[in-house]
Amino acid sequence: MEGLKQYFARRVIQAVVVLGLVSLAGFSLLHLAPGGPAAIYALSPTMSAEDLDRITHELGLDRPIHVQYLSWAKGFLSGNWGRSYRDGRVVLEVIADRVPATVVLMLSAFSVALLLGLASGIVSAVRQYSLFDHLATLGAMVALSIPTFWLGLMAIYVFSELLHTLPPGNIGTVGAPFALADRLRHLILPAGTLGVVMVATWSRYTRAAMLDVIGEDYIRTARAKGVTQGRVILRHALRNALIPLVTLAGLQLPLVFSGALVTETIFTWPGMGRLFVDSIGYRDYPVLMGILVLTATLVILGNLVADLVYAAIDPRVRHS
Amino acid sequence: MSAVVVGAAPGKVGAPEALAGIFWARFVRHRPAVISALMIALLGLASIFAGAIAMRDPLRIDMSHKFAPPLAKGHLLGADELGRDVLSRLLHAGRISLTVGFAAMAVTVIVGAVLGTLAGYVRGAVDTVLLRLTDAMLSFPPIFMLLALAAFVRPSLASMTVIIAVTSWMDVTRMVRGQILTLREQEFVTGARGLGASGARIMARHLLPNTVGIIAVAATLSVARAILLESYISFLGYGIQPPLASWGNMLNNAQSYFATAPWVAIFPGVMITLAVTSFNFLGDGLRDALDPRHVRSRS
Repeated sequence: MEGLKQYFARRVIQAVVVLGLVSLAGFSLLHLAPGGPAAIYALSPTMSAEDLDRITHELGLDRPIHVQYLSWAKGFLSGNWGRSYRDGRVVLEVIADRVPATVVLMLSAFSVALLLGLASGIVSAVRQYSLFDHLATLGAMVALSIPTFWLGLMAIYVFSELLHTLPPGNIGTVGAPFALADRLRHLILPAGTLGVVMVATWSRYTRAAMLDVIGEDYIRTARAKGVTQGRVILRHALRNALIPLVTLAGLQLPLVFSGALVTETIFTWPGMGRLFVDSIGYRDYPVLMGILVLTATLVILGNLVADLVYAAIDPRVRHS
Repeated sequence: MSAVVVGAAPGKVGAPEALAGIFWARFVRHRPAVISALMIALLGLASIFAGAIAMRDPLRIDMSHKFAPPLAKGHLLGADELGRDVLSRLLHAGRISLTVGFAAMAVTVIVGAVLGTLAGYVRGAVDTVLLRLTDAMLSFPPIFMLLALAAFVRPSLASMTVIIAVTSWMDVTRMVRGQILTLREQEFVTGARGLGASGARIMARHLLPNTVGIIAVAATLSVARAILLESYISFLGYGIQPPLASWGNMLNNAQSYFATAPWVAIFPGVMITLAVTSFNFLGDGLRDALDPRHVRSRS
């Protein structure tokens, strides 16, 4: 049998190995793709073959691939992520500029989704097979299937085009000084759009987890003792049902990042996702690589933390 | 050796008709899945016969019909910025989107089934390496990885299919591996091994056939995922290229035409949502019908 410490150690080692694979996979996929990092220069009509060779050499692209990877990985660990091909700025700065907008968007969407998802999941579980439950199940499935970009387009159409109540994009009114109310108004549509995918997942998992817990003996015992329905649901059932939901937050991350990319593109939101889309147009290889590995790293860390927290709360996990 | 068929897949042992009957009875009770199956059949037929059903050439440009609203000038669902018939384009786009969906599903399922069976049966180093590779690929947000790949290859039906499969095989691998891990300890496998069956034979003849149920579920959900991913990539301009229509690329410029022609933006999205929801519900229904333990937690 394995103790908590051994489990932690094993999980951390796993995460490090996966991290190495992630950087390796990302690096080789982008590097071996036709076109490659120097493709943008090759497109320019004023480029002679010699110029191209010189640039290839200056970028270090003529070295063997494993040497390039090692030098890139060493730089990456020390915070030197190279320079953007687009404007020569330091990659870490280019990306760091965009992180706050993405964090604000994701956190707002997450909070709204968590509240709505928990509430709807609890009601669904308590009133299983009711009209509300059926509608919520249908709604969740549609929400998981709807393309986020189209949902965003429809939101803009209804709230900006038809009702003129909310701005169709940007993080704040262009040219205006910073104002919290203005920022919030700009946040509603993107955060709502991104939140829809998350609400669906949260409500479905909450419902399933609550149903599992409600069947347990200790709930029956609590009821037999005369504990009121509301108290049973919130104090006894929900607290236990919430434990597996910890891992859900970690598992959801890749999906949320993907949703954020599309949402940012639709709403001209100056975050990492939009930067990624722009960088692809420019074949801005160092920035692309940086964002790819950064997001994957955050996903791995998120899952690691979720697993460790889960194991710390619930000792049954470690032994399975 | 042909006389001893101890290892014949246990799914076939007993009365297959009875099992099929139970499956069918369970499946039919999942009403959303049944409706979805019908919807998918309808979409499939509409795509196959798109050429015959579509009243107009989906590529024919007619500027005098530019932004004709629904029901005007003989356009049931209106016309787009080049006067092309939206309904005809939706039908032909459905062909493309469903083709990518099914093709990507096929590649995803084959890769996932093979890797999952290998990892689960051989175990040891092979399993560890495959598992960590799966973890690594699952860490990339799918759209980021897809865009990165799509931007570097010349977009076509085939390249879309391959890159969607490259970013989708992991879930199938995990599901199949889990199933194989429990199957490989059962008596019929020990029996087959005792009779001298090779590892390859055990995997191909005894283990894989028993994962058919789980693979059917994974395949259905893969189609939904592939259709959705194709629409994202095509919408962002790195997927199916105009003038060829897919549901995703019909929405390319939709944002600029809201004020004048909302129908250009509305209908393709409705089709994507309809198709993806149907495949997801069908996958759900199949899972419930195949796995009785799962039923209680669903409606």
